[in-house]
Amino acid sequence: MSISNAGYLNMELLRFTTAGSVDDGKSTLIGRLLYDSKAIFEDQMEAIERASERTGDEEVNLALLTDGLRAEREQGITIDVAYRYFATPKRKFIIADTPGHIQYTRNMVTGASTANVAVILVDARNGVIEQTVRHAYIASLLQIPHIIVCVNKMDLVHFSEEVFENIQRQFKKYSAKLEVKDVRFVPISAKYGDNVVKRSENTGWYDGPTLMYLLENIHISSDLNHTHQRLPVQYVIRPQSDKLPDYRGYAGRIASGVFRPGDRVKVLPSGITTSIRSIDTYKAELDIAFAPQSVTVQLNDDLDISRGDMIVGEHKAPEMGREIDMMICWLSEKPMINRGKYAFRHTTNDMKCVIADVKYKVDINTLDKNYEDKNIGLNEIGRIIVKTTRPLFYDSYRINRITGSVILVDEATNNTVGAGMII
Amino acid sequence: MRENTINHLRELEAESIYVIREVVAQFEKPVMLFSGGKDSIVMFHLSRKAFWPAKIPFPMLHIDTGHNFQETLDYRDNLMNESGTKLIVAYVQDSIDNGRVVEETGVNASRNVLQTVTLLDALEEMKIDVAMGGGRRDEEKARAKERFFSHRDEFGQWDPKNQRPELWNIFNGKKHMGEHFRVFPISNWTEMDVWQYIYMEDIPMPCIYFTHKRKVFNRDGVWLAWAPFMQLKENEEVIVEDVRCRTIGDITCTGLTLSKAITLEEIIQEVATTRITERGGRWDDKRSEAAMEDRKKEGYF
Repeated sequence: MSISNAGYLNMELLRFTTAGSVDDGKSTLIGRLLYDSKAIFEDQMEAIERASERTGDEEVNLALLTDGLRAEREQGITIDVAYRYFATPKRKFIIADTPGHIQYTRNMVTGASTANVAVILVDARNGVIEQTVRHAYIASLLQIPHIIVCVNKMDLVHFSEEVFENIQRQFKKYSAKLEVKDVRFVPISAKYGDNVVKRSENTGWYDGPTLMYLLENIHISSDLNHTHQRLPVQYVIRPQSDKLPDYRGYAGRIASGVFRPGDRVKVLPSGITTSIRSIDTYKAELDIAFAPQSVTVQLNDDLDISRGDMIVGEHKAPEMGREIDMMICWLSEKPMINRGKYAFRHTTNDMKCVIADVKYKVDINTLDKNYEDKNIGLNEIGRIIVKTTRPLFYDSYRINRITGSVILVDEATNNTVGAGMII
Repeated sequence: MRENTINHLRELEAESIYVIREVVAQFEKPVMLFSGGKDSIVMFHLSRKAFWPAKIPFPMLHIDTGHNFQETLDYRDNLMNESGTKLIVAYVQDSIDNGRVVEETGVNASRNVLQTVTLLDALEEMKIDVAMGGGRRDEEKARAKERFFSHRDEFGQWDPKNQRPELWNIFNGKKHMGEHFRVFPISNWTEMDVWQYIYMEDIPMPCIYFTHKRKVFNRDGVWLAWAPFMQLKENEEVIVEDVRCRTIGDITCTGLTLSKAITLEEIIQEVATTRITERGGRWDDKRSEAAMEDRKKEGYF
């Protein structure tokens, strides 16, 4: 890989998550991406060559590259979300590699929460199965903007165009019920590298891009919300030094929108309006700032603002209320308790809530809504209403993944038990 | 690039600053681990940016094995003075003297493993509830599964099968009395990102990262720096070579790179073409396939 200084100052970051069932070849695919993009080093390669010999594999097993923990190597499974990195001259990639077993929906939700792209693997021999539907549903629930369906193991179906076309049709039949905006299909063989990084000679009938080309070129900058100004206050910076006795800067990461000095803004929950005096970063003031930058803002009026407050545009203000309608994915072995109380975190705001109502539970394999069974347990998804102790200012998750997301925390164990997406 | 977008380094920077601010907002008594290596230097720089124009609101903690490169210590002391940051040093030698640990013997003796005890003792003594470290997920396969906010029990242990899910950018730092957290603000950075960022931000670095002449010897393919406390095997010979550090740790386990790189640009080119991982040169990881996983479970970074 050759790099130029100008080149890497112009690279974008793309986060994607991979989902596949057991034996769909997901680890092999990731191994292939890392290997073909030269993100694998000699000592890592030697280590997996040794390991492949030990387990009696004929060829070097690229899947071994992604098995991290001893327990996983021993049991041949993946326990947890693992993060992988590689870069091409165009982009730096972060892969959230999530296991495919049925009991690990919570891991896929975790990996999907920050992803720009979901790569869903389908075994060409099996076609669209229950787990594929589940993966597509989670990708749509978490509002991942782009989905790439990789039809893998094409080598085992003689690179048949018909098989590929059938799987596309099956998938589209299901995805029509989902909120997915952008779906692409690529016929690949992760094991041999067809259409992963290099174009395959075995699929002459396919004139679309390779997986790597899509990852490098899918347009992601317009996925950011630049219209709703939202800055959750994370921390108040007060140097109280001789030089800066009165400095008060509101530090936070911009959730969405574009901010400029002079902009009229409103501070929530007080609702008081003021304007931005300056946007400060280390040693320099900015004349424009936008998501996902971390900044410090000074305001023109002296207001009482603290962590958990939100600086928003004067127009297009967020919604405010104490009854929150949301989809919840349950992450804990201890089932959700109807009428139970939980700690509630939204942006930088901490409060408590009570589960006021369960509207329905989703059967994530058929996508049917079950209005009878209201018990939501580990890896289950439902629609609920919670009541919060204080008013919340929020957006629908559909228009803002930051100000529309919530976690619930068990107050006895302090574990994160629920992931909520506000309707 | 398009309008209103930032490059990958700025996005990583924004994420790390967010994490560091979150630590200060959620915890009572944070520290940041500072070794004088490039990762801790970048973390320090990010912390400065996160709270500017105020000073960094937490102290740096250096776990000193006593086997340091002097250049690193000089760099450390200058940086702390110039920025007005408080530095706490905990000495592995003290843990040895008061019998908390027993020094390893033999030619491959290293104090690297002993650091864990010194670290945990220091955290407990100072009632630290969170320690930030420069661990990166690309460094090692056990690290690939680490959270930004990593929960530790009363014994400082990591339980990889029972980690809290981490969704969006909402971090849950809630804990019971006596428990604490390790937080890794630069989790998502690679070695390449670190160097590119140092270049982009023009951050001064300790001179031993650049190629210099040094007395070295070769042990099983790894170049190690000679120092009075290093024991040589019979066939090992001390010679002078042009070397630089790719990673800085305790002298006894820091592999050196034969190199001609004397500028940051040259280092970046070297990193781009290198075919061996950064920890491939570290003796502490070569001890077994799960060496890092085991050390982490016990409370290592």
